[in-house]
Amino acid sequence: MSIDVTTPPTTDTAPAGLTDAPHHYRLTRAEALESESIHLIREVVAEFERPVLLFSGGKDSVVMLHLAAKAFWPAKVPFGVLHVDTGHNFPEVLAYRDRTVERLGAHLHVASVQDYIDDGRLRERPDGTRNPLQTLPLLDAITGNKFDAVFGGGRRDEEKARAKERVISLRDEFGQWDPRNQRPELWNLYNGRHRPGEHVRAFPLSNWTELDVWSYIAAEGIELPHLYYAHEREVFDRDGMLLAVGEHARPRTDAELASVRTEQVRYRTIGDMSCTGAVLSDASDPAAVVDEVAATRITERGATRADDRLSEAAMEDRKKEGYF
Amino acid sequence: MGTLTDATVDPTAVDPTIADPTAVDPTAPGTLLRLATAGSVDDGKSTLVGRLLYDSKSVLADQWDAIERVSAGRGQESADLALLTDGLRAEREQGITIDVAYRYFATQTRSFILADCPGHVQYTRNTVTGASTADAVVLLVDARKGLLEQTRRHLAVVGLLRVPHVVVAVNKIDLVDYSRDRFTELAEEIRAAAVSLGVPHVHPIPVSALVGDNVVTRAEQTMPWYEGPSLLELLEALPVADDPAGEAFRMPVQSVLRPQGAAVSPEYAEYRGYAGQVAAGVVRVGDPVVILPSGLRTTVEGIDTPDGELVEAFAPQSVVVRLSDDIDVARGDLIAAATDAPEPVKELTGTVSWLSDQPLRPGARVLLKHTTRTVRAIVAEVTGRLDLDSGQPSPADVLELNDIGTVRVRLAEPIVAEDYATSRRTGAFLLIDAHDGNTLAAGMTGTP
Repeated sequence: MSIDVTTPPTTDTAPAGLTDAPHHYRLTRAEALESESIHLIREVVAEFERPVLLFSGGKDSVVMLHLAAKAFWPAKVPFGVLHVDTGHNFPEVLAYRDRTVERLGAHLHVASVQDYIDDGRLRERPDGTRNPLQTLPLLDAITGNKFDAVFGGGRRDEEKARAKERVISLRDEFGQWDPRNQRPELWNLYNGRHRPGEHVRAFPLSNWTELDVWSYIAAEGIELPHLYYAHEREVFDRDGMLLAVGEHARPRTDAELASVRTEQVRYRTIGDMSCTGAVLSDASDPAAVVDEVAATRITERGATRADDRLSEAAMEDRKKEGYF
Repeated sequence: MGTLTDATVDPTAVDPTIADPTAVDPTAPGTLLRLATAGSVDDGKSTLVGRLLYDSKSVLADQWDAIERVSAGRGQESADLALLTDGLRAEREQGITIDVAYRYFATQTRSFILADCPGHVQYTRNTVTGASTADAVVLLVDARKGLLEQTRRHLAVVGLLRVPHVVVAVNKIDLVDYSRDRFTELAEEIRAAAVSLGVPHVHPIPVSALVGDNVVTRAEQTMPWYEGPSLLELLEALPVADDPAGEAFRMPVQSVLRPQGAAVSPEYAEYRGYAGQVAAGVVRVGDPVVILPSGLRTTVEGIDTPDGELVEAFAPQSVVVRLSDDIDVARGDLIAAATDAPEPVKELTGTVSWLSDQPLRPGARVLLKHTTRTVRAIVAEVTGRLDLDSGQPSPADVLELNDIGTVRVRLAEPIVAEDYATSRRTGAFLLIDAHDGNTLAAGMTGTP
């Protein structure tokens, strides 16, 4: 065969069908992601005995619960939700959590970090952040309730260790993730088989980006805690982040004290109040947030999470131990 | 692993010819392409991906700061682009890719899910993982080394998985002085190998991931003899997805929805529908369908979603189908077009990519997972092994890790398998270890 390298390959050997399928039978990006997620959620419910969904009231877990409701309509969501409560949560998020769970008629399990600190099973860290402390109550709740599949809202675009994880990800009986020896995951044939004591984490939003999540929230009209939209708040500077002045985060140094001021902010992620930063924003509705996220030049965790700044592989280390 | 020279790295530079990823509307139709990389270790896959992300302005400021910091800490003079996808501690320490990293980027015309796969033979199973869902694979070849055994293995895997498009990036072309003759020679060799390994079409492109030639922008200065598109231009132009209108309807049943007391409202207490994702084709209300393997016939009474009833559904939508007759339908059954239905089988021949450290021997008792059905199976016979050099089957009765071979499998219960060449979703299967649950093989019904 003679090769003419100066001919553009697209017109070269004329690969099959260079015209796209008719518009009519094509899913949009959002529809394709939604269908893929619903398929996964249905597979997990069909193949596991006791699934549970991690629900914090954060946007990713809210979207995940919304997808679960769509997957089984007109039946109710056929599993409960689990919240690992750090004790440092925003009160309006807890209120939102309770309201949502009641509306869907789902059973809420709460694993409380505060309980573990009160009875000495966990000790407060010197830096005050409680995010790394969630792993033990989470694993105890999984074992105690015999959950064998745990839906998490993790997305691969969030963080470089999450970018490596399978959609169905096996955990050994110690809750550990072994990133060097993950099961192959072929097509959409998910293999959730596991031995007694092991469980899987299932990530229906694996292929969603922050922008996909917000576009979906806007398109579906999904209610979120108001913290996600621009509001006035008293904040101060710490480690390059804006922290809200409150019970769980107070200015400690002169520089932090001097930086206290009221700003118009919103939260890109919602977690433990002591380590989740706000961003300056005037985006007051989902459509405005979509525009803001599309134009950002900083990742959501980079902008708002102190716990990921502990080291280069902070997330991988936490995940190996059993973290979300 | 490649690094960049300082002159080529300026995160603040704005090239007006490059599409602004923020201008993409994620709700626009027809824009998603699933992409995977392949090729031997050290051919520069992660660097190419880093270059693609960097030059398409898909690297955010804090991600860039982080890899600059790590690169500087190692004494490297410039940022190491491979760090954008090599996210595990062990990968960064060893400078290799162990498992697939998924990255997301977009241009004005299309958005991409990119699976950056490892090159080491030891991690072939991870490359099979990344390629199994791909619409297109970018296979890297080092212009100095040419086709290596691992390149051939990946080409064979891609052919086996029937990935619709294969782009061959002849990388490090700068290290052979941008030689047109060398590129022509390699392109010819690649085409010949591709044909023998079952890949009908490849698109060769000369690139340098290190300096960015022909990755996002065309290298008119260094390779005036090349008049084809850059890698990104080609990826933006590739057609995606088969047209469901030309396929027979198939939907494996995932679950039966019978809410009774758990209905969202009392009006649905008596509801009965079958949830699934359409695997192929189009179905309309009123269409005659057959339930397999039972062979019972009925018609589609309704197609439901929480957003309302549909008059038709097509692949790959997730829907709930109601049937006119109250017949026995369960998870694992296939709802198929009555006019064009496949036959259930209790024995199949197929090609497998063997992914386990334990060799496959005839008589092995395994589980076979196909669509939403898992059945007990015995591998009755290993009928051959693919020779990577010739592309021809050679006699074999055992398959070792990373081998591609043909098998005959007997099943305890019938499945409705179709030729993988006709229908990827109803032709694909897994072999699973019944004891520890591990995935042993990726299987495709029919012979290549």
